[in-house]
Amino acid sequence: MTPSPAGRRAAARVATLGPGFAFLTVFLLVPLALVLSYTVFRRGRFGGIVYEPTGENFARLADPLYLDVVLGSVRLAAVTTLLALLLGYPTAYMIARLPGRWKAIALVAVVLPFWTNFLIRTYAWIVLLNSQGPVNSGLEALGLGPVELLYTDGAIVAGLLYAYLPLMILPLYSAIERLDPQLREASANLGARPARTFWSVTLPLSLPGVLTGCVFVFVPSLGNFVIPELLGGGRRIMVGNLIRDQFLKARDWPFGSVLALAVIAVLVLLLFAQAWAGRRAGRNG
Amino acid sequence: MARREPALRGNGWLRLPFWLTYLFLYAPIAVLVVMSFNRNKTPYSWGGFSLDWYGRLAENSSLRTGLVNTLIVALGSTALSTVLGTLLAVGLARHTRSRVLDALSTLPAILPDLVLAIGLLVFYSAIKMTLGLHSVLVAHTVFGMAFVTAVVRARLGHADTSLEEASQDLGATPYTTFIKVTLPTLAPGIVAGALLAFTLSLDEFVIAFFTHAPSQPTLPIVIYSMVRFGVTPEINALATLLLAVSFTVVIVAQRLTKLTEAL
Amino acid sequence: MNTLISIEGVSRRFGDVTALDSVSLDIRQGEFFALLGPSGCGKTTLLRILAGFEEPDAGSVRLDGADLLAVPAHRRPVNLMFQSYALFPHMSVEKNVAYGLEREKLPRQEIRRRVSEVLETVGLAAHARRRPHQLSGGQRQRVALARAIVKRPRLLLLDEPLSALDKKVRAEMQLELKRLQHDVGITFVVVTHDQEEAMSLADRIAVMQGGRVEQIDAPVALYDRPRTPFVADFIGANNLFAGTVSGGGLEVSGLGVLPAPTAGLPEGAQALLAVRPERVRLGQGTLTGTVVDVSFYGGVSHVALSVPGHGGHVLVATQGPARVETGTEIELGWDAADGVVIAADDAAVENGAPV
Ligand SMILES: Nc1ncnc2c1ncn2[C@@H]1O[C@H](COP(=O)(O)OP(=O)(O)O)[C@@H](O)[C@H]1O
Ligand SMILES: [Mg+2]
Repeated sequence: MTPSPAGRRAAARVATLGPGFAFLTVFLLVPLALVLSYTVFRRGRFGGIVYEPTGENFARLADPLYLDVVLGSVRLAAVTTLLALLLGYPTAYMIARLPGRWKAIALVAVVLPFWTNFLIRTYAWIVLLNSQGPVNSGLEALGLGPVELLYTDGAIVAGLLYAYLPLMILPLYSAIERLDPQLREASANLGARPARTFWSVTLPLSLPGVLTGCVFVFVPSLGNFVIPELLGGGRRIMVGNLIRDQFLKARDWPFGSVLALAVIAVLVLLLFAQAWAGRRAGRNG
Repeated sequence: MARREPALRGNGWLRLPFWLTYLFLYAPIAVLVVMSFNRNKTPYSWGGFSLDWYGRLAENSSLRTGLVNTLIVALGSTALSTVLGTLLAVGLARHTRSRVLDALSTLPAILPDLVLAIGLLVFYSAIKMTLGLHSVLVAHTVFGMAFVTAVVRARLGHADTSLEEASQDLGATPYTTFIKVTLPTLAPGIVAGALLAFTLSLDEFVIAFFTHAPSQPTLPIVIYSMVRFGVTPEINALATLLLAVSFTVVIVAQRLTKLTEAL
Repeated sequence: MNTLISIEGVSRRFGDVTALDSVSLDIRQGEFFALLGPSGCGKTTLLRILAGFEEPDAGSVRLDGADLLAVPAHRRPVNLMFQSYALFPHMSVEKNVAYGLEREKLPRQEIRRRVSEVLETVGLAAHARRRPHQLSGGQRQRVALARAIVKRPRLLLLDEPLSALDKKVRAEMQLELKRLQHDVGITFVVVTHDQEEAMSLADRIAVMQGGRVEQIDAPVALYDRPRTPFVADFIGANNLFAGTVSGGGLEVSGLGVLPAPTAGLPEGAQALLAVRPERVRLGQGTLTGTVVDVSFYGGVSHVALSVPGHGGHVLVATQGPARVETGTEIELGWDAADGVVIAADDAAVENGAPV
């Protein structure tokens, strides 16, 4: 006897979706729920959790000590994002205009460094910026150095930019590439100079890509703890370092969870902004 | 009608940031590679060509252990991610319209790695699981799966459901259809997704840092402990080797599957 | 001829859209049947229900009297030729054609024999090893056809089979489809929005609109005796006048009483009069109009006239070059027997057109 059509559909649904979502439930949703629940409990004296509800973990966010860390890392992440945009937009724009074969090569060349080990990429900047490194040797030859480059905020920004620049260029490229070339032609045909066409047509229509790129650079910059440690020499503490320390050193899991929640909140906020811009562009386009 | 588009003219000034980007991306790498062949012990002055540091590297046993551990984790999590992710992609594209499930499937790729890392650390400790390679393998599967799902779905989006219907129309059961039509049309996407999951796992540091057992570090964790102690020419050699491997894999993958399309 | 498929009261809704609204029709064994209607009228949905990819919300479909809806798609003796052809891109032409036979677990030799036979029939024997992307549009269409008929289905469904082809190939394939249907003796149901295609291919045509069947008839009957205003307007060109039955004709406001075959209709009934352009005579008649456009198409000329009191233009088709000039005022008319009257309740009444 053959099963009913509805029965067959249900079987196919369970066979394809079942294993993956069971896995995601156990290893993603439950862990996130645990982190979320820890935000309202007290830490135990020797680490661990005491299940007494409290609001003090959130209150500690307002502590000037931690507020400084948060604002300082937001600033560094924002500077990184801005630099990535300034460098990434013209690059993505040029790539989108390249003829087919060169376009593919230019794209792969953007992605390639990204596929090499992140620690190695960060290490390269230690070599570059070291007081005896090539940059300082050059400055010295010009009579300008040596300057302390390593273990500064500038070094952190350089490292973050190096780590995440491709994440800015790729969404920008796909947003610009998607634009109908006829729109630009129409704009030119109606008498707009190239700059006007860029500001009035290209940029507004690629705004969703701009925002996606910004989210992709800003959020991981905020959460990175390796670069501040290796390139900042531990002098600058960013949110990522703070979270790592709460979990691996101070063993204050509730406060660490609050900080993680804050990062997620920023992410969600930015994603909403991006979805909103996407809808707007969709309506215009 | 090859009419020159007016908007394309006057882009000269764009060349500067364009080339700056590539200089920025490749100069640090070039410095590492050159330094790795330097005979001098101080890595900043050129003392002639030598392969000494590569020899030194081969003798480093903790790197070897790290490499083996990493390969175990990467192969295992790639296999698991590929199976789960492919099924999920097919299910999401063909058997449900739920936007919640859709969002859930991509969540691990969007979530900052640090958040996923602490979540799993907290979870493992709550169920009192001992850490080891298995805990890293599972952790890497969580995000590897999200990437496989995304890439395979992108491919499914282009694929025409009428192929599957044609197969059923010609008398194939849903199972035969899946094996003979769905999977072969998806193959390039599945290969691309698997390669993506594999390379991501090879290089992954943050999540492994939180979920590994100290006795079984993965390669990135071994590298991290070396890098923390500053600059040694040995690391330059290691970097050059890893760069060569990644570049080869990416270029081969690009040739095979046109990876950039999937991205 | 016996009924092969009997569709009764089939309805299908997608959210707010009613794709099929209580459709009933019979398809006879061995005939070439066409579903004709504008885009979006539900033709594909009906085909997909027959093939088993869509389930109706209500109604029944029987094949040889047995419930077809209970049979899953892969067990139905019904094959569909997809609008997009849906050829498997990773298989050669012969693999594509053999696919359906392999599912029946037939012996290898028989599969090979039947595949080469059918490829011979559609003239693709030389291309057996090619992949679909190495073929032209017309060749792909033949592969899709071969893949469906090699299964020897009871019913072959073709969704806009020729719409992806250019005009010249299209005309050739029309002839070939007809020949093939005759040779293999399979019942064909073809979907099209092109009335000329339906007219030239089909034994019978169901005209659909908005999910409903308007009329089912042979092509000539459809042309000569439209039963609904939609069919009168959709099939060929027609001059339409709405009015009320009065004094042996149709009284149209602004135009007076027009000649119309109204026998059998009560005085004062609402009705629509349809007159084919080739039935309208110039030079004498009940109406007077001004010529606004004359165009010559070789064998025939089309004259458009504006008639005071009538909304659109009245179209007239005359044999050979027209002997009128733009701007001329001229009388026009027709015999009552040359019109078709469609009563407001949608039932056609008497008409005098020769059958
Ligand atoms: N799967 C579906 N989901 C939603 N609406 C559909 C679906 N399939 C068809 N429709 C709608 O049903 C109507 C009939 O569609 P279809 O049968 O494809 O028409 P046709 O083939 O005559 O052009 C259309 O309005 C179409 O938009
Ligand atoms: Mg259709």
